[in-house]
Amino acid sequence: MAEMIPPKERVKREQIPMPEQEPKERIYNFKEVPLGYTQEQAIYEAQRCLQCKNPKCVPGCPAEINIPKFIEKIVEEDFSSAYLEILKTDDLPAMTGRVCPQEEQCQQVCILEKQKKPIAIGRLERFVADWARENNIHGNLPKISKKEQKVAVVGSGPAGLTCAADLAKLGYEVTIFEALHQPGGVLVYGIPEFRLPKSIVEYEVKEIEKLGVKVITDFVVGTTKSVDELTQEFDAIFLANGAGAPRFMNIPGENLNDVYSANEFLTRANLMKAYLFPKYDTPIKIGKKAATIGAGNVAMDSARTALRLGAEKSYIVYRRSRKEVPARAEEVHHAEEEGIIFNFLTLPVKVLGDGKGNVRGMECLKMELGEPDDSGRRRPIPIPGSNFLIEVDMVIDAIGTSANPIVARSATGVEINQWGYFIIDDNTKTTTKEGIFAGGDIVRGSATVISAVGDGKVAARAIIEFLSSGKSLRKRF
Amino acid sequence: MYKIIKKEKLDDAIYSMWIEAPEVASSVQPGQFIILMIKEKGERIPLTVADFDREKGLIHIVFQIVGKTSEELFTLKEGDKLFSFIGPLGKKTEIENYGKVITVGGGTGIACIYPITRALKEAGNEVISIIGARNKELIIMEEEIRKASSELIVTTDDGSYGRKGFVTQVLKELLDKDKFIKKVWTIGPAIMMKVTCETTKPYQVETIVSLNSIMVDGTGMCGSCRVTIGGETKFVCTDGPEFNGQLVDWTEFMNRLSRYKDSEKKSWDLYHEHTHPCSCGRGTN
Repeated sequence: MAEMIPPKERVKREQIPMPEQEPKERIYNFKEVPLGYTQEQAIYEAQRCLQCKNPKCVPGCPAEINIPKFIEKIVEEDFSSAYLEILKTDDLPAMTGRVCPQEEQCQQVCILEKQKKPIAIGRLERFVADWARENNIHGNLPKISKKEQKVAVVGSGPAGLTCAADLAKLGYEVTIFEALHQPGGVLVYGIPEFRLPKSIVEYEVKEIEKLGVKVITDFVVGTTKSVDELTQEFDAIFLANGAGAPRFMNIPGENLNDVYSANEFLTRANLMKAYLFPKYDTPIKIGKKAATIGAGNVAMDSARTALRLGAEKSYIVYRRSRKEVPARAEEVHHAEEEGIIFNFLTLPVKVLGDGKGNVRGMECLKMELGEPDDSGRRRPIPIPGSNFLIEVDMVIDAIGTSANPIVARSATGVEINQWGYFIIDDNTKTTTKEGIFAGGDIVRGSATVISAVGDGKVAARAIIEFLSSGKSLRKRF
Repeated sequence: MYKIIKKEKLDDAIYSMWIEAPEVASSVQPGQFIILMIKEKGERIPLTVADFDREKGLIHIVFQIVGKTSEELFTLKEGDKLFSFIGPLGKKTEIENYGKVITVGGGTGIACIYPITRALKEAGNEVISIIGARNKELIIMEEEIRKASSELIVTTDDGSYGRKGFVTQVLKELLDKDKFIKKVWTIGPAIMMKVTCETTKPYQVETIVSLNSIMVDGTGMCGSCRVTIGGETKFVCTDGPEFNGQLVDWTEFMNRLSRYKDSEKKSWDLYHEHTHPCSCGRGTN
């Protein structure tokens, strides 16, 4: 057991930086960028935790992890107990430890944030989860007796997996339906290997399957079977199919051969492993100069993937300024370190072709910031006549997603709003049809993985309440 | 699951397989498609459903060897299993009693037009089918189509069987002769569908095509299959695969079909280099 150090000493210590792969090395591979804390680093960092009596970090965590408790276990060098503590509420810790925006959640409310050195909670969570995986430590299987009621979960992304795990732990029979050939949703098709290794997602999904959750891949709810048909077979349904449909700029030239949606570009690279072509059969075409439109996390992922796949120059083109960039600071920092070139206050108006279907450039307008808009950010306004050309030979649209209508079309009585997202009661995640619940991006639009995890937890509780009161979607005679 | 129950050679390059996929077979409708993967490292390829047997839970696919994946699919035997098989995808054909209609098939498109032809006839239409190929050997599924339609006309480019000439020549004659043709469906190579639409345009007969774009997920997620229809971008996978062919931007559609031709060639060359007939073990990946 490591030494408990006095609070005064704890405050004096600085946060341990995350060891990382060097930028000049990592732009040539798909290996993870942050390397993870060593045991010594994790203990040293954990010792800094003040173990607040009323910790602010816990309510700051959508996954509801008892943060001080698992950190205490790290100090005690009892990593196994630390892991079991996290697993009580979060079944995807290696994943959330990596991709959660901790700086906006648990770490933002850490008492040490005032001194700009909050506890590196995410890094500690990642350390514990990785340690458990490497040392073959597993969660306890539920000892509870199996319940009769069956729940269908549509989509195997973070919301679906979390909800399924929470229900299975209480003995409910849960089946997840996944449209793709591999479970994980955005965790496998969207987030690149260098940010979230796919072997880790696969591992955490397998752990959830061990709880008794059945995952059926290659099953498109909406076409293989409708939601209406599922209501005949299941007592409750959780819709967590993700936002799904890519958004385009709707500018001329956007259907040229070398214009990708971020969804297509990342799905080819990540899920289909096009970065290993021709060992894997799915191809991807990379230009010498790639422009990614947008500045969210998906845009950073796209621009950095293009660089790794051989683009000589990889640009981010964003209509607002640096201040409004929605991506995590860490992602922007990593992108800049790797040499991604940022073009702020720039609005593409036309993709130019070479006459043979290929991209030769992008016509843009310069923007200036005006009054704040609905989002509270200053509205970008085009400067008339400021047209200029960026020479690029590939374009990736990373401007967000919209609702894929396939699932909603097959669900009678489940209403959607004007954008196609399910209308829900925020406290229970219940849709307009009792017994059918919804969460994640198909309710929120493009949001974060952790908010999806949070939705999964809230929905699971509401489903338990619904089923415990004797209600069911199925007609029982 | 996804076991190959039956495999048949239809001509030198076109093969037919019946795949065990009960969930797909229970809900598929004419005009819809599936996506399959041969192996974990494989690509996802869309194929229009050529037929189905709901009782036995089988889906019929017909494919032509055009690249590495289709050649690899051809090497599989009865009893082998596919890695992934999803569907049904896309919208079904709008089947109703229109009166007199024509279906035109070319290449593997002959197989794809078969369930549509059958459903149209079952719905009470008088269906004239035209199928065509370069020569007699390349005409597939003739008997099935004949049974499914009211009348069948076969064409070959070289005149080795049926009428000499292209399907579009026969189509034009029919349209000249009969003013009561209500609708035309055509499935085949892009250029054939394009010319068919040009043929029907002066007669103002609505012509439905089934587009075979490059796809990844096939469920509306990636947008790889986008196509311009009457000036608007549509997704073949969720808005199609059938569209009014006279509104399709064919130049763009055909350009986008060639997006990966360099990679496809590389894959093909490497595959052939690796499947040389010795036992060094290469080619097994």
